[in-house]
Amino acid sequence: MKHQTSTVAALTLLAAFAYAYPASGQEQAARSLAANCTGCHGPSGNSSGAIPAIAGLERAYIVTAMQEFKAGTRQATVMHQHAKGYSDQEIEILAEYFSKQKRQ
Amino acid sequence: MRLSRRRFLKQVAAGAAASVCAPAFAAGPRVVVVGGGFGGATAAKYIRMWAPDIQVTLVERNREFISCPLSNRVLAGQAELIDLTRGYGPLSSKYSIEVVYDDAVAIDSDKRELTLDSGDALPYDRLIVSPGVDVLSDEIPGLRDLAARERVLHAWRAGPQTMALKRQLESMPDGGVYALTIPKSPYRCPPGPYERACQVAWYFKTQKPKSKVLILDANDKVQSKEALFTKVWKEWYEGIIEYRPNSTLLDVDAKTLTAKLEFEEVKADVLNVVPPQRAAKIAADAGLITANNKWVGVDFLTYESVARKNIHVLGDAILAAPAMPKSGHMANQHGKVAAAAVIALLRGESPNSSPVINNTCYSFVSDKQVIHVASVHRYDPEKRTMVVAPGASGVSAAPSELEGTYAESWGKNIWADMLA
Repeated sequence: MKHQTSTVAALTLLAAFAYAYPASGQEQAARSLAANCTGCHGPSGNSSGAIPAIAGLERAYIVTAMQEFKAGTRQATVMHQHAKGYSDQEIEILAEYFSKQKRQ
Repeated sequence: MRLSRRRFLKQVAAGAAASVCAPAFAAGPRVVVVGGGFGGATAAKYIRMWAPDIQVTLVERNREFISCPLSNRVLAGQAELIDLTRGYGPLSSKYSIEVVYDDAVAIDSDKRELTLDSGDALPYDRLIVSPGVDVLSDEIPGLRDLAARERVLHAWRAGPQTMALKRQLESMPDGGVYALTIPKSPYRCPPGPYERACQVAWYFKTQKPKSKVLILDANDKVQSKEALFTKVWKEWYEGIIEYRPNSTLLDVDAKTLTAKLEFEEVKADVLNVVPPQRAAKIAADAGLITANNKWVGVDFLTYESVARKNIHVLGDAILAAPAMPKSGHMANQHGKVAAAAVIALLRGESPNSSPVINNTCYSFVSDKQVIHVASVHRYDPEKRTMVVAPGASGVSAAPSELEGTYAESWGKNIWADMLA
């Protein structure tokens, strides 16, 4: 019985930890926004084939590329259209997120 | 909850396996997902990625996923179905999703329970339904019997019908007519029929140059990438493709392969009828359909049904927001917004109040040349729907081989995003 109680206590603690652990609001917002990109650029930005991989690129490089796509000054087939859909702040968030993803 | 013996044993085995690596938190909230396509598989995977404390069961009738996008290429011999096929294995092995290969037959939204064809009942805290469309062949009287439907194919789901249509085209003599009928919008994949016409025309041009492609469109114009398709037809397929708008199909005679339109009858050598569509039967049976007797109304912040609590609906089955196509890419994006919202709701948090999603649809207009349409959609709190972000939409400047390489890469990446 005592054994059972301590197991329940341990499980409760672990469960509480699991619930305390979820990503912060900011992290949640970033990953939701980044999930826009992975349909084409692959899981976590790791692309197979001709679409460029964006996982692990430098933050500043992503920001510059996206801003140039947005301004129409960088050669693109599709990114000049997508880039216009995101605010400057969102581009910063996306750049931060993908710069931290592991290149596979 | 009723369990068949087979399923009970499977669950016991799964429980035993799980207990090796982690304490068995059987008490976590439970999400059941119906449909392992672009919407459902994505939602299932992203919930487990983002919230490992939530248990996810995916119910899918097929053992493997076969992509509709890129499947028109199979008709022209430019791809094999196997290239477009992926398994559900990684969803179980990497994300510990319980994948149940069965048909979902009924939803009890009061009891929060999903009944499967096997008789099993799955309880849920939240249900995600991504059932796709039903192809309403029965609305065409001449297609009500099975023999007629085997002769006049839709091939609007990639799989055996795709292969059967390919065989019909291969056995058609040169000089024959392939007629493709398109239903009134909205239907699954707006550019799909026009891409198919291009693929068949490319095959004819290279293999059977005296043959014709006749597009009989119930709509008054090409429904997607109009200027690009029209230009391609004129420049590359002049004398092969003929496009007839406002050509609503009323009936067919499957024996003579005749399409009966309002003012004329058209005889073909291969007749390919894409029938009208609506949200799949499970959605209708569950009382989820709220628009035009066809589509499921949802709250675009959560994809929760406007008619039934705790049931979220994704993909082609929903009443889309303006300019939101019924596409696999769009369903993949719905899946992610719904995943985040379901996690938040199960934790008693508020879902994201400003979701953003996008769409990219590539169409092959020859063996290698491709065109696209793309758009970014943002939530408008006043209109309470998704609207296209200003300036953030458009199509290709012209067909290109470069976009052909992107289209192939897109397929590999989106299938990995949902299933790997």
